[in-house]
Amino acid sequence: MTDVQPKIAFRHVSKIFGDGPKAFTALRDLTLDIADGEIVTVVGPSGCGKSTAMNIVAGLTSVSTGECLVDNTSVKGPGPDRGVIFQQYALFPWLTVIKNVEFGLRLQGIAREERRERAMHYLELVGLKEFAQAYPKTLSGGMKQRCAIARAYAVNPSVLLMDEPFGALDALTRVKLQDQLLDTWSKDKRTIMFITHDVDEAVYIAHRVVVLAAKPGRLQEIIDVDLPFPRNEEVRLSPEFTEIRNKVWRAVYDRSAEAA
Amino acid sequence: MIVSNEVAVAEPSRDCVAHLSRVLWSVLSFVTGIGLWWLATFSGLSVLPSPWTVLMRMIELAVSGQLWLDMFASLRRVLIGFILGSLLAVPVGFLMGWYRIARLVIDPWVQFFRVIPPLAIIPLAIVTLGIDEKPKIFVIFLAAFLSSVVSTYQGVVSVDRTFINAARVLGATDRVIFAQVIIPASTPFILVGFRIGLGSAWATVVAAELIAAQSGLGFRMQQAQLYYDLPTIFVSLIAIGILGLIMDRIVVRAEERLTHWQERVRHD
Ligand SMILES: Nc1ncnc2c1ncn2[C@@H]1O[C@H](COP(=O)(O)OP(=O)(O)OP(=O)(O)O)[C@@H](O)[C@H]1O
Ligand SMILES: [Mg+2]
Repeated sequence: MTDVQPKIAFRHVSKIFGDGPKAFTALRDLTLDIADGEIVTVVGPSGCGKSTAMNIVAGLTSVSTGECLVDNTSVKGPGPDRGVIFQQYALFPWLTVIKNVEFGLRLQGIAREERRERAMHYLELVGLKEFAQAYPKTLSGGMKQRCAIARAYAVNPSVLLMDEPFGALDALTRVKLQDQLLDTWSKDKRTIMFITHDVDEAVYIAHRVVVLAAKPGRLQEIIDVDLPFPRNEEVRLSPEFTEIRNKVWRAVYDRSAEAA
Repeated sequence: MIVSNEVAVAEPSRDCVAHLSRVLWSVLSFVTGIGLWWLATFSGLSVLPSPWTVLMRMIELAVSGQLWLDMFASLRRVLIGFILGSLLAVPVGFLMGWYRIARLVIDPWVQFFRVIPPLAIIPLAIVTLGIDEKPKIFVIFLAAFLSSVVSTYQGVVSVDRTFINAARVLGATDRVIFAQVIIPASTPFILVGFRIGLGSAWATVVAAELIAAQSGLGFRMQQAQLYYDLPTIFVSLIAIGILGLIMDRIVVRAEERLTHWQERVRHD
């Protein structure tokens, strides 16, 4: 992954919330490049600034100092080129599943027929085709999450920002969605920044794992995941996987112990 | 819907039984109430007119058309005042929720007028607006406006930030966010405001008619009081209760239809 120009670049990014005595440094001097088509997972203890870093790329949070670049241009605000899947599902409860998925397409002025078709395509991808006309309140947590994924995919962003997208799911659904994510990625090679609490998940899907430390939030370590693609059960059970997994675990755990 | 096939089969009969038992209990409670009333008057414990006398007077007033005229007069005032008040409350509430400046300028006035009982405005309204329909409608307008404006504004400020962010990352402009996120997300609040507004408008109109009117259910009661005509007072009270109940039900139904997407705790 030694591309000429990174897709996403953090350049000495700091984020301070509030001011005066109540000022809180959520991120300090983060420098990180993410290559085009790379999958980077971000792990770290709660409150270490993972969501903050992601929101900065999404254009929902401004930097205090430093700069965040996407495609070599400074991020000024949100845009449909960067799809976001939020920690809370954030589906619009007043819209049906398919209307949720169509939301972004409608904003792009895509005609009704094509909109339907594309939305249906992505609903099929996440296995929610039969629920197109249902309202979010009738869906389970996993189904809501899959709907949110379909909504983000539908606008065809070149960058996917995912904030603990599988956090609330059971182990089986979670593994299924991980494989689905990798499967989709192998076809379109989008750039993915993926936040998770789960070290196994972080290693399984990533090219590189970024470990953040807390108080203040900062870069702790970047761990390369030299495992072959496609990833599958075999990879997951290999000794190499375990080794990398332990390495990530130590990087996260050492810091958490120190902070406590 | 496709969501729950096997549940859908079992539901109706259970729902039906639950509904039936609910109706039975209501009927029982109603019959008991009337029975107690009848007992109290029959045994001479109370000077109240008996249910029978009241029913006769009600038929009499209905046949003569007096009852309908009174109901119409009261309803007309409420509906005009309520519709005007709500129509103004929604945009003002949105303005307050969306622009900080608007909130800072308008909110103190709303808070101030909210603590004044609408009836206390009547003397002022009569002196400045005359003795015809205007002061009454104005007072109702004010009552409906104040309760709707507060809840609309509450609805706007309590819209979940993640909805707004989700729309923004999909490419929504401020205009789109307002029309397609803020409005639907705050609809439940607005409808609650309408419900409260209609309730307070109804309470206000009757009281206003007691003080200053030549028609309406409140006026009829006030006249009946002069002649010690208890049955007419009862008939008016019952009409006020029933009309209030019907209006409340209509708003609740509208609420259920417009916000069926909401997750809510079932209470039956
Ligand atoms: N809008 C805000 N105002 C003030 N402080 C904030 C704000 N957003 C985040 N913070 C603080 O910044 C720190 C980092 O928050 P962030 O949400 O990025 O953590 P996180 O790593 O995503 O945690 P988690 O794993 O629990 O989701 C936290 O201590 C939080 O309290
Ligand atoms: Mg977070």
